[in-house]
Amino acid sequence: MGFFAWALIGLPAAAGLAGLLIRRRRAAAWSAVLAPLFALVCSIVCFFANPFVAFTLADFGSIRVSAALDLSPTASAVAIASSLVTLLVQLYSVSYLRDDSRYGPFAAQVNLFLAAMLVVVAADDLVFLLIGWEVMGACSYLLIAHYAKLPSAPGSAAKAFLVTRFGDVAFVLGVMVLGTAAGTFRISEIGDVSEGVAAAAMLLILFGCIGKSAQFPLQIWLPPAMAGPTPVSALIHAATMVAAGAYVLTRLLPVWPTDLLVVVALVAAISMLGAGLCAFAATDVKGVLAWSTVSQVGFMFAAVAVADPDAALFHLLSHAGFKALLFLTAGVIIHQAGTDGSLATTRVRPSSSRLAFWAMTLGLAAMAGIPPLGGFYSKEAILGAAYESATPAGVIVFWAGIGAGILTAAYSARLWLLVFWRGGAKERATVPLAQSIGLWTLTGVIVVVGGLYFAGPLEVPPLHLDLMVLMLIAVLGGFAVVGDSWWRDRARDPARLLGRTRAAFARGLYAEALAGKATRTGARAAAGAASALDEHLVDQILVEGSARATVAAAHRTDTGHRGGLVAYLRLSVAGTLVITACAIGVSLWMS
Amino acid sequence: MGLMLIAAVALPLVGAALSWWLRRNWIGVASAAGSFAALAVLPLGRGDGWWHAVDLAWAPSIHLDFSLSVDGVSWPLALLTALLGLLCCVHNAHKGASSTLTALLLAVQAASIAVFLSDNLILFFIAFEAVLLPMWAIVYRYGDEATRRHAAAKFALFTVTGSLLMATGLFVAVADTGTADLGEIIATGGVSADASLLVFTLLAAGFAVKAPLWPLHSWLPDAHTAAPTVGSVLLAGVLLKLGTYGLIRVAGGLAPHGAADAAPVLAILAAIGIIVASLVCLRLGELKRLIAYSSVGHMGFVVLAFATGTEAGVRAALFANLAHGLVTPLLFFLAGAVKDRAHTGRLVDLGGLRLAAPALAGLLGFAAFASLGLPGLAGFWGEAFTVYAAVERGGAWIALAAIAAFGAFLTAAYLLRMLRRVSHGPVAPAFEGLGAVSAIEFATWSPLVAAVLLLGLAPGPLLDLFATGVL
Repeated sequence: MGFFAWALIGLPAAAGLAGLLIRRRRAAAWSAVLAPLFALVCSIVCFFANPFVAFTLADFGSIRVSAALDLSPTASAVAIASSLVTLLVQLYSVSYLRDDSRYGPFAAQVNLFLAAMLVVVAADDLVFLLIGWEVMGACSYLLIAHYAKLPSAPGSAAKAFLVTRFGDVAFVLGVMVLGTAAGTFRISEIGDVSEGVAAAAMLLILFGCIGKSAQFPLQIWLPPAMAGPTPVSALIHAATMVAAGAYVLTRLLPVWPTDLLVVVALVAAISMLGAGLCAFAATDVKGVLAWSTVSQVGFMFAAVAVADPDAALFHLLSHAGFKALLFLTAGVIIHQAGTDGSLATTRVRPSSSRLAFWAMTLGLAAMAGIPPLGGFYSKEAILGAAYESATPAGVIVFWAGIGAGILTAAYSARLWLLVFWRGGAKERATVPLAQSIGLWTLTGVIVVVGGLYFAGPLEVPPLHLDLMVLMLIAVLGGFAVVGDSWWRDRARDPARLLGRTRAAFARGLYAEALAGKATRTGARAAAGAASALDEHLVDQILVEGSARATVAAAHRTDTGHRGGLVAYLRLSVAGTLVITACAIGVSLWMS
Repeated sequence: MGLMLIAAVALPLVGAALSWWLRRNWIGVASAAGSFAALAVLPLGRGDGWWHAVDLAWAPSIHLDFSLSVDGVSWPLALLTALLGLLCCVHNAHKGASSTLTALLLAVQAASIAVFLSDNLILFFIAFEAVLLPMWAIVYRYGDEATRRHAAAKFALFTVTGSLLMATGLFVAVADTGTADLGEIIATGGVSADASLLVFTLLAAGFAVKAPLWPLHSWLPDAHTAAPTVGSVLLAGVLLKLGTYGLIRVAGGLAPHGAADAAPVLAILAAIGIIVASLVCLRLGELKRLIAYSSVGHMGFVVLAFATGTEAGVRAALFANLAHGLVTPLLFFLAGAVKDRAHTGRLVDLGGLRLAAPALAGLLGFAAFASLGLPGLAGFWGEAFTVYAAVERGGAWIALAAIAAFGAFLTAAYLLRMLRRVSHGPVAPAFEGLGAVSAIEFATWSPLVAAVLLLGLAPGPLLDLFATGVL
């Protein structure tokens, strides 16, 4: 069975590396679709067989790094979700990028991305996990920068990579601290480490996960990442990259000192609420979805904060379904409307494409948490765990979760109303087959994923009737507020409810601009100082200066030896005097 | 096998003489390939410790023996030298460059391999000095017109000063132990405790110039930038390795106590070097100079890892050392190709490479990712475990670990800036009508690409090799 574990990683990786060299489009498309399909098959096999394989990758004497894969049922479930979403994204892209000359590298990079995510999901060794973790970041850089003609693409791509890598500074340190204390990098073998070390290591690792998952305060990279093609957004937001941070936290939950989970709770609460408000104010379709991702991943962090990893994974899976569906549908809708995705201009009639309309509607309903769609169950599981936990962290995330539930309903309703119910072109549009497969499949997934509640590898708290009522009231409250604004004046965006703060939230509270400015100023000052120290002080003054001083001294000595007879006599008299004085001095001192 | 050791050194020397005399570049290629082959067969029939050795008396009265030996530490470096020498010769033959340049390259290669294989301190010193002269000539004669003289003089003066300190250290060590046999001194635990710190300081000062360790590095950006492509490749891939190899094997081996005493100083200078070089790179405007400066940061990791003195640290140092020897030469080859085509290396004049020449841009991106230490490529293991080794030491070393980790972030920042200027954006006028990458160019670069990928995915065998080394 170990074969399937290795094939799960190896096939997409090999297809990705080989794909970079493929020139012909047809061959590229086949390898693009087949690799995630095989990965999907392998992950389904692993779900039942649960292979555990390991060999030593690098031996550093006092510690070793193993290529260890642990495909527990939960890990396999996440692997299935990642492979399925990637498969659908690849199918979708065959049609979405049909006129793109750089389709070949794109498809290969998506497969590499999948391989990297699967390493993160399956790895039982933290350093091995780090390989997938950072390769995923590099692939996101390449994919976001895909459009060569888009001026903002390279900057957004570099931002995504650098912000996550900034988090990785802490992540790497955390892994090394943990590895040193535990004597191993194997997650399954990390035994008891002292409280202080565990606290330090986990806070560092948390910072890395915050970066990867675009949580507060490192959320700034995610909204600009929309510069990439829409299927890439679906991939990054749904079952890969941003979910990876929450996933790693669930794996390491046993190491966390319980008292410190309140830090995770605070991060989750701020991210859920803040990003919810930003999503409500966002000015384009993909912007709403991007901020909603930050908010929804906040729910996963919330589950971690109340020490319920399975609830986090449940939401990860259901979020993977509806977010992939929403992004893929958004791509279809933006294409139909023929706009850049701005909410001011993007309008389509529900009748122009029934499939897109219903896919979007169900996706938004799942995100808002309407039963019986998946999102309802997974959020109930998280809030139920918070409800039962009776810790400060539980209290924080419970009320933040209810608030975020209201916001989720509000921004979902706003998006739905603005896109579908403001008119638009009358003609009917057909969704290309390769794209409609993705829409149909994912719509099916979000309907059935709630079933994981009743059967499956996840252990989540039982349903609470009072909590369900509260959640439904929250959702209906969100709908009511937006609906009220809409019925009063259909010409105006319900985001006006935010009043004067609307512009600030629409720009993510200026965090991106401020961070960018601060980083640039800081980097410029630091680089200037380093240059002054290195190029001027060390090189020009000390090194070149010593050379100049030597040459000058040589000139002086030279001219000193070019006097006449009188000068020589003077010098020798002076020299004799100096030597005599020294000799007398020394003899006096010695005696 | 002893014959192979001699062939590895002698073939490039003979090839240098012949290719210079007969004015044929292919002789150079053949002799470099022969040297590579001779080194490649050395692992056959190896044991632990020293694999093979030859020992011929040369001038016993001054402790000079022609004794070469090879082990798990020196073999990878010697093989790397031979590989780079071969690739440089191929590059030269392809470009139709002067056969004198090929001869000089081969001379550098022969002397460098002799340094790595030498088991006698006096021979080590002679070979170490012998590298300098042809390298100086390469920069002086074939370098960039405007800066070559200044850069060559700076390089030579710096290196000679360092070598004199190193020579003093070696003589003190020989006087102290009464033998010049490197392996024997290492086996007996180095020089006496009284002389240890003195010997280490003298040797480390000499090697730190070559490595280079901040603040003794300022010859490097000038020399690398002024040198022709093949010169930069050998400087980065081979000459810097002489410094770190000397530091780890000779200075660390002869004076382990001194190394332990001086470790904090080395570590702090290395950490400063990592940060300062990365920050300087953030504002450099010239492609080759940027890559050259990045070496200071990368070698800072090597020195820091060595300074920790732990088992993991020394292996990380050796690994990072070798990885740098693959990645930076690749970057220099690619930068050379870019500069040859665009006739400028100024970042403001470049742009849009991935539209103009997708293959070249892809390779440049790969090399940049390898250089920033992307896991899965060669650069990762050494640098990540530098952090580990520093954390392992605990206490104030954890601060150095944090600095190193932050330095890796800065490395990513300046390399992405470089990619953004060179690869992204609209096609710059300098890149209009850019020539495609030729088959020979691919052939020259692909061994480096393959090795970077292989070491990144399977670092185990090389690390095991280092573990068997005599240190």
